[in-house]
Amino acid sequence: MAERNDLVPIYIMGKRYDVPSSLTIMKAMEYAGYTLIRGVGCRSGFCGACSTVYRIKDDPKLYFGLACQTVVKPHMYLGQIPFFPAKRATYDIAQLQAQASTLFQLYPEILRCLGCGTCTKACPQQLNVKGYMAAAMRGDIAAVANLSFDCIMCGLCAARCPAEEPQYNIAILARRLYGRYLSPRSDHLHKRVEEIQQGVFDQSIAELKAMDVNELKERYKARQIEA
Amino acid sequence: MTYTPELLELIKVVEATRPQRLGQTFPPMPLEERQELLQKFHPDYIESGMREIRIGSYKGKRMPKELADVVEGRPHVDPNFDLSNPEFETDVLVIGGGGAGASAALLAQEHGAKVTLVTKLRFGDANTMMAQGGIQAADRPEDSPALHYLDVIGGGHFTNFPDLVEALVKDAPIVIAWLESLGVMFDKTPDGVMMEEHGGGTSIKRMHSARDYTGAEIMRVLRDEVRNRPNIDVIEFCPAVELVLDDKGAVCGAILMNFETERYFYAKAKVVVLATGGSGRLHYQGFPTTNHYGATGDGIVLAYRAGAELVFLDTMQYHPTGAAYPEQILGQLVTEKVRGLGAQPVNVKGEQFVYPLEPRDVESAAFIRECKERNLGVITPSGQPAVWLDTPMIDLIHGPGTIEKALPAMVRQFRRFNIDMVRQPILVYPTLHYQNGGVKIDADCRTTVPGLLVAGETSGGVHGRNRLMGNSLLDVCVFGRRAGITAAALAKERQPGKPTLAHLESWNRALDEIGLNGAVRSPILIPNYARKG
Ligand SMILES: Cc1cc2nc3c(=O)[nH]c(=O)nc-3n(C[C@H](O)[C@H](O)[C@H](O)COP(=O)(O)OP(=O)(O)OC[C@H]3O[C@@H](n4cnc5c(N)ncnc54)[C@H](O)[C@@H]3O)c2cc1C
Ligand code: SF4
Ligand code: SF4
Ligand code: FES
Repeated sequence: MAERNDLVPIYIMGKRYDVPSSLTIMKAMEYAGYTLIRGVGCRSGFCGACSTVYRIKDDPKLYFGLACQTVVKPHMYLGQIPFFPAKRATYDIAQLQAQASTLFQLYPEILRCLGCGTCTKACPQQLNVKGYMAAAMRGDIAAVANLSFDCIMCGLCAARCPAEEPQYNIAILARRLYGRYLSPRSDHLHKRVEEIQQGVFDQSIAELKAMDVNELKERYKARQIEA
Repeated sequence: MTYTPELLELIKVVEATRPQRLGQTFPPMPLEERQELLQKFHPDYIESGMREIRIGSYKGKRMPKELADVVEGRPHVDPNFDLSNPEFETDVLVIGGGGAGASAALLAQEHGAKVTLVTKLRFGDANTMMAQGGIQAADRPEDSPALHYLDVIGGGHFTNFPDLVEALVKDAPIVIAWLESLGVMFDKTPDGVMMEEHGGGTSIKRMHSARDYTGAEIMRVLRDEVRNRPNIDVIEFCPAVELVLDDKGAVCGAILMNFETERYFYAKAKVVVLATGGSGRLHYQGFPTTNHYGATGDGIVLAYRAGAELVFLDTMQYHPTGAAYPEQILGQLVTEKVRGLGAQPVNVKGEQFVYPLEPRDVESAAFIRECKERNLGVITPSGQPAVWLDTPMIDLIHGPGTIEKALPAMVRQFRRFNIDMVRQPILVYPTLHYQNGGVKIDADCRTTVPGLLVAGETSGGVHGRNRLMGNSLLDVCVFGRRAGITAAALAKERQPGKPTLAHLESWNRALDEIGLNGAVRSPILIPNYARKG
C-alpha cells in the first residue's frame, strides 16, 4: 500500500486503526478490514441500523451519530449499538381507540419520563424527543405523531434514557393511531375504491389491453399533461 | 465539506440564469428522439457491460456481467445436504423483510396460513425503507386507472405485461386505503384531500407521499403490524441461500443460513414467497447505487437455479439524480420529488438542457450526454462529472419553507455535510437504482415453478423495460398482498413430497460443462467492501 498522508487514528472497540480522514465511520470500519453484518442497512441515513456512540480523546462528552452519515474525526473512540432491546407493546390497531388512555395502557411508563432531555441530545435526526414525550404525557396523539415523524427507530434515545422509556415504540403507536383514526378522511379515495370494486373501469382498461402497440402509442402521445 | 470556492463561483452562473428560467420549462423530448438518445448514452446499451447467460432457460440472453457472474455461480451447499430433519415447518415461508415480504406475510396470515418471514439483515433494512418520493394511485376524480395504465405502459416502452399492469393500477387505490387503515400517515390537506404531485412520466398528478419518508413510513408501519400478528414468526439475520424442491419439482422450503454462525439448515414449507428485492449492490459497470447493503440479487439466483423463468434482466434503472457531491454521499438518492416540485437540471452554463421529468432512462441518458458528449457538466474535486439541480427554485415557486416541509430528509442529508439546498443548488449524476426485470410472474405472483411465488423488485414484467417512480412502492404492496393471498390458498391444497436438492446436481454438471466450476459462490449476500491487507 502506498503511504497516504490523509490518515487519522480512530479506535474501533478500543483497537487503533489509521483511516482516511474523509471517510464516514461505516466506510472507515470497512477500510480497517471489517465485513459488516450488524450495524449496517441502508447506508443512507434511513433505516437506523448503524447507531454509534463515540468519544473524542480528552473530551469527556459522549457523542451520537449514524455510522453511515458521520465523517470520522481524529482520535474517535467508537462503540456500535445496532440492537437495543426496548420494550414493545403488542396490539391490534383495529381494536384501539385514538385517545390518551390507549397510550397509557400500552405504555404506562410514559408517565415516568423525567423531562431530562437526554433523548433529544442523543437523537441523530435532531428530533425533539423530549418534546414528543411531553406530548405523550399529555395524551396529545397528533402532536406525538407530528413531532416524531422523521424517527428512524435507531434506538439511541432509549439507550440513553434514565427512565427506561421506549420512546420510538411509543411514537409509532401514536403515528399509527393518527394515520388510521385522526387524519382527515379522504372521501375521494374511498369513492374510487368503491368504483373499482363495482367494475367501473373494467371496460376502459380492457380496451387498452386489447389495443395494438401502434394505437397505444398514439393514445400515449395524445395524453394531456396536467400543469 | 462545504462547496469549494471554485464550485461557489459556478453557483453564481446558475443564480444568474434563475430568474429567466423560473417561468419556462424545457420542452419534453419527442418519442422518436428518445430512442436515439438511449442507444447512445444509456448504460443498458453499453455492449462491454453485458454478456450472455450460458446455462438454463435464459441461455443466450444478455444481462449485466456482474449479475451474470452471480447467476452462474456455485451453490453454498452440496446436493447431498441432509434434508431429513427440518429445523422448522411452516405453511408459508416468506423470504425477504421489505415491503413485498411484509405485505405477503400479513395477507397470508389473514387468509389462515401460518407464516415464517426470514430476512437477511434486520427486518426493514430494505430498499422499501429508503423510498422517499412517493407512491402512485389514481384516486383523484379527474384521474382514472386507465390513465394510470397508459402512463405505466408508455413509461415501460410498451413492453410491460398487460395483466400485471391491470392488477397494479386497479389495486392501487385499494392499497392506499389499506395502508391508511394500518396507520400510514399520508400528506393531506386539512379537508382530507390527498396532496398529489407529478413524477417522471406521469400525465397527471397522482404521487402520494408521506413527507419524503414515504417508504420509511410504509415500511415501519408494515413491520409493526407484522410484529403484532399472531402466527407470523420473524427471523432476522437469516438469509436464504437455496430453494429446496420436492420429488415432483415443486418448491417445499429453503436452505437458510444463520448469518452470524454461518450454520446452514433446512426450513420446510408448503409455499415459498420470494421477496428479496433488487441488485444495486452488484454495482453494474462500476456505478454507485442508491440501494441498501443487502441488494445483491439473491432472489434471481435462487429462483433461476430452481428453474424459474426470468425477464428483462438486460435493463436496469439508473436514477438521474444521485448525489455527486460531497463524496461521502456519492450515489445516494436525491428524490425525484425535488424535480416534481420544480427544481430544474441545468448545465455548467446555467442552461436547461432537458425536460425535468422525462422517464428516468431518458433523463439519465440526457445527463450523461450533457457531461460526456457536450462537455457541459461540472467536474467535482474528486473528478466526478455532474450537473446542477437548482433546488432554490422550489421555495421561489411554492413559497418560503416549502423545501424544509416537503423534503426534510433531503435537507438533513445535505446539511450533515454543510450544504444548504434551500439556498444552494446541488450536484447530481445518474446512480444505479432499480432492477426493472426479474423473475417472471403472473397476476397472482405464480412463477413457472410450482409452489414458488415472487413479489416486488425481484419479479419482472409489470414495469416492462422501465419503471416509473412511485410504481414500485405500489408494486410491492399490490403484488405482496396478492402473493400472500395466493400462498395461503396454495398452502391449503398442497402436500409437499420428498425434499431434494437434485436440481443442484444438474446445475453443478452444467457449470462443469462450460468450465465454470471455479465460479463465485452465490448468492453473495453482501458486497465485498472490506479492504484486505
Ligand atoms: C433510495 C431509494 C428510493 C426509492 N424511492 C422510491 C419511490 O419514491 N417510489 C417508489 O415507488 N419506489 C421507490 N424506490 C424503489 C422501491 O423502494 C423498491 O423497489 C421496493 O421498495 C422494493 O421492495 P421489495 O420488498 O421488493 O424489496 P426490499 O424492500 O429491498 O426488501 C427486500 C428484503 O429482502 C432481504 N433479502 C435479500 N436477500 C435475501 C436473502 N437471500 N434471504 C433473505 N432475505 C433477503 C433484504 O435484506 C430486504 O430486507 C426507491 C428505492 C431506493 C433504493
Ligand atoms: S431521556 Fe427519558 S426521561 Fe429524559 S426526557 Fe427523554 S424520555 Fe424523558
Ligand atoms: S427519536 Fe430515538 S429512535 Fe427515533 S431517530 Fe431519534 S434517537 Fe433514533
Ligand atoms: S445504515 Fe441505515 S441509517 Fe445508517
